[in-house]
Amino acid sequence: MIADHLPALQVVVPLLAAPLMMLVRRGTFAWLVAVAVSWTTLAIAFALAVKVREVGVISYAMGNWPPPWGIEYRVDALNSFVLVLVSLVASVVAPYARTSVAAELPRDQHYLVFTMFSLCLAGLLGITITGDAFNLFVFLEISSLSTYVLIALGRNRRALLAAYQYLVLGTIGATFYIIGVGLLYLMTGTLNLADMAQRLRDVHEMRPVLAALAFITAGVGLKLALFPLHFWLPNAYAYAPSAITSFLAASATKVSVYVLLRYYFLIFGVPLVFGRLPMAEVLIGLSVLAVVSASLVAVFQRDLKRMFAYSSVAQIGYITMGMGLANKAGMTGAVVHLFNHGITKGAIFLLLGGVALRVGSTSLERVAGLAKTMPLTSFGIVLGGMSLIGVPGTAGFISKWYLVLGAIEHGYWGLAVLLVVSSLIAVAYVWRFVEVAYFREPEPGAARLAEAPGSMLIPAWIMVAACVYFGLDTSLPLDGARAAAALLLGGAP
Amino acid sequence: MSFPGHYTYWVTIFLMIAGLYIVIARGNLVKKLIGLGIFQTSVYLLYIAPGKLIGGTAPILAASFHTYSNPLPHVLILTAIVVGVATLALGLAIVVRIREAYDTIEEDEILEKDRAEEAEE
Amino acid sequence: MMRDLVLRVLGKLLIPFVLLFALYVQFHGDFGPGGGFQAGVITAAAVIFYAIIFGLPAARRFAPDRIVESMIAAGVLIFGGVGVFGILMGGNYLDYFVLAHDTVHGQERGIFWVEVGVALTVSGVMTKVFYQFAERRRVVDEA
Repeated sequence: MIADHLPALQVVVPLLAAPLMMLVRRGTFAWLVAVAVSWTTLAIAFALAVKVREVGVISYAMGNWPPPWGIEYRVDALNSFVLVLVSLVASVVAPYARTSVAAELPRDQHYLVFTMFSLCLAGLLGITITGDAFNLFVFLEISSLSTYVLIALGRNRRALLAAYQYLVLGTIGATFYIIGVGLLYLMTGTLNLADMAQRLRDVHEMRPVLAALAFITAGVGLKLALFPLHFWLPNAYAYAPSAITSFLAASATKVSVYVLLRYYFLIFGVPLVFGRLPMAEVLIGLSVLAVVSASLVAVFQRDLKRMFAYSSVAQIGYITMGMGLANKAGMTGAVVHLFNHGITKGAIFLLLGGVALRVGSTSLERVAGLAKTMPLTSFGIVLGGMSLIGVPGTAGFISKWYLVLGAIEHGYWGLAVLLVVSSLIAVAYVWRFVEVAYFREPEPGAARLAEAPGSMLIPAWIMVAACVYFGLDTSLPLDGARAAAALLLGGAP
Repeated sequence: MSFPGHYTYWVTIFLMIAGLYIVIARGNLVKKLIGLGIFQTSVYLLYIAPGKLIGGTAPILAASFHTYSNPLPHVLILTAIVVGVATLALGLAIVVRIREAYDTIEEDEILEKDRAEEAEE
Repeated sequence: MMRDLVLRVLGKLLIPFVLLFALYVQFHGDFGPGGGFQAGVITAAAVIFYAIIFGLPAARRFAPDRIVESMIAAGVLIFGGVGVFGILMGGNYLDYFVLAHDTVHGQERGIFWVEVGVALTVSGVMTKVFYQFAERRRVVDEA
């Protein structure tokens, strides 16, 4: 019986856990529930992914109102992949969060952190699973509003301004998105995404559809920090509590990328987006700018959290680049990089949370000689950094490999060379950490520093191990990504 | 394509641009939120206006009525209004805390204080 | 706290009717304009009205923070609970058709409980938002 309701439970479990935590008001209870909930969502996501492989598409009618009239939850090869990523990250971050949150925030806020975490998880999963354009907006706002709260909880007062700026830009983004949906609704008379895709074919050529495409691109682009709409991201990531940074960096922007993928390939369709409009050139151009400029900016950062936040902007550039290529290898690279970058950045920010706990700061000057005092943490960050660079044997290599293949297949030799060169800039910023951590003597007072506590180190190292494991045994994410890419490209008329 | 026939769209576009302009051009954090509110309001109009049919009644089935207004946009916008209220409340709450932490709600003054703090370090 | 006699007397007279009107809006939502959201806002307005006239501490005695916060959570749980109950009765999530023997009656019953949840949460949230902002001013003044 339960098996039929998995699509609804995927969202309902974290959504209902949030008020429960609020009712009980105990930090420990909230944490236990958060762990249980995130593990449950992971189990559900896996079950759905397995089922999707067998049956193709799962459709669930909310309230038993059949689609396209009612809200439909629709799981296919693409979003089941994203569901697994989001719930996987949540189930690693939730156990980690207890020690980290206890160290960074006052006691009476603990249960609120987990309430918001749960709501944010529900929102992200909801965006991914829903098959209704307006329902997607509602979940987008659920996840965004809880994200603003979580960022504002950061210790530094700059977190407040970061949260405020993200709130303004995020709201503009979400509003742009519903303007786009409104125009599509006026043209098609439906909000169901699958139905909309069918009906759009008749009105393809009309101007409101093009306007809708522009609004949705700008709106979702703001949420996914598409260059040059990324200004909110570095501050938001740098000043949020550590556990929250790693959760957001690993999942929030990825979900927005998914939304853009869905709209471009399955709703507007390849002929309109890449045939009639020069979106391929626009996306690739912006991605190249993102990769080069954000990587260069990252090299000159003085704070590790900010450095890796800028690196996130660059890495998102790789994903959108694969999207712009719009061929099989490029799309596979984009989707698999969604996953690989998620776990890599998650791992790095989890480890940086340990650094923040023990050192009290993540600025480069303060972590001198870190390799002596916190060898496991330092080594983990280096492994994560190698995955960001794309060293063979790490997860990052696989995605870059497919992106290069995609570029060559398209005849963009210059782009393929640029992909390799841009990785060298990543070497530069990762090397700055290596140099400071491994080749400098620790400050005199820092000699007593201990390794991060096991409750934080173990989840972080699970993520690091995943980066290496998925670099060696690539079958699991690659199969998912190939299926998703086939769906995206085959779905076009 | 007549100007008066599309006047709701013109009003929508005016509100949209006015709201965005306030968000971008004003340095006061509360005024920015007001601009954001106006910007969101324009979307309510974009959805609601096309739902109305001249001469249409409320969508309640009755023998003597044949034209009904579309109720769906109203439901959608009710949700959007709630979201807008939540965003505004959260935004103002953050502004209150910014005022407590920085003693000002002017964006340039806040950034200046941040820079001064950074220079000290 | 205001010393104005007219306001205090009128407030005492009006607030019960405001609360009664909230209940009317809540239960009349099935047949006419109204429903949980509006009723919740009207209830919260009564509390806010009371707080403005008789002072925040008096309002907090009437509607303590603990209860207001619980209302926020309880409302969402009722709403979600109706959905889960739909699953338990053999339907989909938020399926009201299966809540009673007759599908129309089931819809009515489902909407009734959902509106109860909405009213609880909305009045809780509105009151809490007011408390938080009103209390904050004093924090700044004292500091």
